[in-house]
Amino acid sequence: MTKKLTIYINDKPYEVDEGQTIMQAADKLGYHIPRLCYHPKLSIEGACRVCIVEVEGMRNYVASCAYPVAEGMKIRTHTKELRTARRDIVELILDNHPQDCHTCERDGICELQRLAYAMGMRHRHFEGERKNYEKDLSSASVIRDPNKCILCGRCVRICSEIQKVNALGYAHRGFKTVVMPAYNMPFSDSVCTTCGQCINVCPTASFVEKNYSQELFEKLQDKSYIKVAQIAPSVRAAIGEGFDLAPGRAMEKETAAALRKLGFDYVFDTQLSADLTIMEEASEFLERVKGKGKLPMITSCSSAWMKCLEQFYPDLIGNVSTCKSPMSMMGAMIKTYFADKIKADPKKILSVAVMCCTAKKYEAARPELKVNGMPAVDIVVTTREIAWMIKSAGIDFVHIQGEDFDKPLGISSGAGAIFGATGGVMEAALRTAYELYTGEPLVDIEITDVRGLKGIKEGKVTLDGKEIRVAVAHGLGNANHLLETVRKDPERYHFIEIMGCPGGCVGGGGQPYAGSNSMPLDEECLKKRAEALYSIDRHKTIRLSHNNPDVRRLYREFLGKPLGEKSHELLHTHYKPKLPCGIVPQEMTVR
Amino acid sequence: MTCAVKTQDPRMAELKVFMEQLRGTPRSESNLIAILHKVQELYGYLSREAMDEVAAAMQIPTAHIWGVATFYHYFKLKAPGRHVIAICLGTACYIRGAGEILEKLRDELKIDIGGTSSDGMFSLEEARCLGACGLAPVMMIDGKIYGSLTPKRVSEIIQGYRKLEAASVKSA
Repeated sequence: MTKKLTIYINDKPYEVDEGQTIMQAADKLGYHIPRLCYHPKLSIEGACRVCIVEVEGMRNYVASCAYPVAEGMKIRTHTKELRTARRDIVELILDNHPQDCHTCERDGICELQRLAYAMGMRHRHFEGERKNYEKDLSSASVIRDPNKCILCGRCVRICSEIQKVNALGYAHRGFKTVVMPAYNMPFSDSVCTTCGQCINVCPTASFVEKNYSQELFEKLQDKSYIKVAQIAPSVRAAIGEGFDLAPGRAMEKETAAALRKLGFDYVFDTQLSADLTIMEEASEFLERVKGKGKLPMITSCSSAWMKCLEQFYPDLIGNVSTCKSPMSMMGAMIKTYFADKIKADPKKILSVAVMCCTAKKYEAARPELKVNGMPAVDIVVTTREIAWMIKSAGIDFVHIQGEDFDKPLGISSGAGAIFGATGGVMEAALRTAYELYTGEPLVDIEITDVRGLKGIKEGKVTLDGKEIRVAVAHGLGNANHLLETVRKDPERYHFIEIMGCPGGCVGGGGQPYAGSNSMPLDEECLKKRAEALYSIDRHKTIRLSHNNPDVRRLYREFLGKPLGEKSHELLHTHYKPKLPCGIVPQEMTVR
Repeated sequence: MTCAVKTQDPRMAELKVFMEQLRGTPRSESNLIAILHKVQELYGYLSREAMDEVAAAMQIPTAHIWGVATFYHYFKLKAPGRHVIAICLGTACYIRGAGEILEKLRDELKIDIGGTSSDGMFSLEEARCLGACGLAPVMMIDGKIYGSLTPKRVSEIIQGYRKLEAASVKSA
């Protein structure tokens, strides 16, 4: 049992558990000590000093994020002196920061700005030296702007600790310290997987997505194009947050309506192509179980994971499903099947994907995913970008009347919806694989073992007496642990789902920034977004991908059968090892 | 998986042997600074190829190696020239006109402190006292001290090195 201690916060006695920091204890008691570099999922940096508190008997203020509670400790959190010191600290950070809030992409949703407001900074004493570095615009997904960086190090920590990608590090020192990839190489040439988690945790606009909203606004005005959108499952689960609504509202019909008001001619559902992915992937898995191809089979929907695979795990490329992602499958169907259907020149179709993901921008630019020489998806915008566009165009999203998706690519099953939550692809695939393999209906279709936010989840199903062992990992760090197991023990699993982002796509790098009362990647928020998708699933009459009537028609009229010739041409691809080679350092071994 | 650089360079072979001894020891990654010292001793600077090799052999991400390499001034990130000039900018030399000497060197070599001339012949570094204040202003080329410098003499010394190299190229 944990030992209890008595501490005093602002002269009030409290009983708290031993072995936690002052900040952790204070958080539970309703004191939110101001903070900046701290993030509950990351190691303690202690760099910003914003979270200082007064501890009686200590010579200096202590950083509450790093200092453990002790018996009888007398802590003060907001004395006059302390508030002045904190304000000075934040002011000095701001002195080196470009004062361009009103033209900054994160104006109004910036942690530093919020902090300056809370500290009561009403006038400035100093003009500090500014940083003057080039922005790195090389990546298809992520822009790095060192001038706005306050060196809190969250990006470096999430990239190494949660994602284990280690694309970022601190270079040089003192005032000249810059967060950058190795050798100051362009982001596009680095090991960066474009997952965008650095954007999620950045308190300023030092990392932002490559923004296509202006370009899209222009294209939407162009009458010579047929404008077609698709919406990823997780977008509907989080877009409300971009309009200050509480997390967890499923807003698919609202989003479809808003996109039409923005100027799209057709709004399709990526959940339909998720069903299509399941048809192909479940069939591919059953082929592999019959001995045609490598096991364990690993999913291929997550674009950040695919880039990670090519650079970090080239030895496992043969294990990864050849299925394209739902976005690219939908793009391919739009430029072929749909173009035929409406008798349009596919070159005159503008295929836009609204995604929860920054890595999808990279995926859309992959040359191997082209369809008849055309990109399957012309523009990818994130949930954040589309939320901004809806605001900018003056569309009342909060009160909008919902509308359905368009035919012929608008109906989806519940299995397609849960793709956005970690474990969802696995669950959807198993639902279909079971019925395709056994020919019997699956009684209990909710496979709860693979749900939830545990780093690595395992499950078992029985197909005609054959035990199928599955595993699910979300976040590239968890994926690393799982894949190390696979390298050592290739027989252990048959089927593995990997998603690049914590929580799966609902925690994607393109999702709305954390609101003023939450932290980025807050677990409660991720759970609510996932729950929104599970509730969509529960409320659908069709919950299995192979029962989707639009998908059935697609095969009947156009594709033939899963893994058929047309499918191979349009829905499958191959991956190749890529440089630079990624390195995941071994866990620190304590002597 | 490793991505080691393939090369026949004997320096690389020596580096590999050096790292082999450290690999597998507890906290082997903490030897990074010692390894980078070895790289600089062998190559005269930290080349990208060598850092990639260190990354692959020690399983340390390149972003981390780059962080350490750029943190310490001692580590050089560009190949030094065939002759390394260190100009003293300490107090005594400065009072005796080191500023003018530096100006002359910049002009003569078309480089700044930390740079290497385009022909790869000279690189220029600053020093804080070479212990020869009696001869101020001084500079050191490859360990040899030149004292009581004037801009004119700097020019002559540099010309001397150039002539010497031209002659040795001819005779070879």
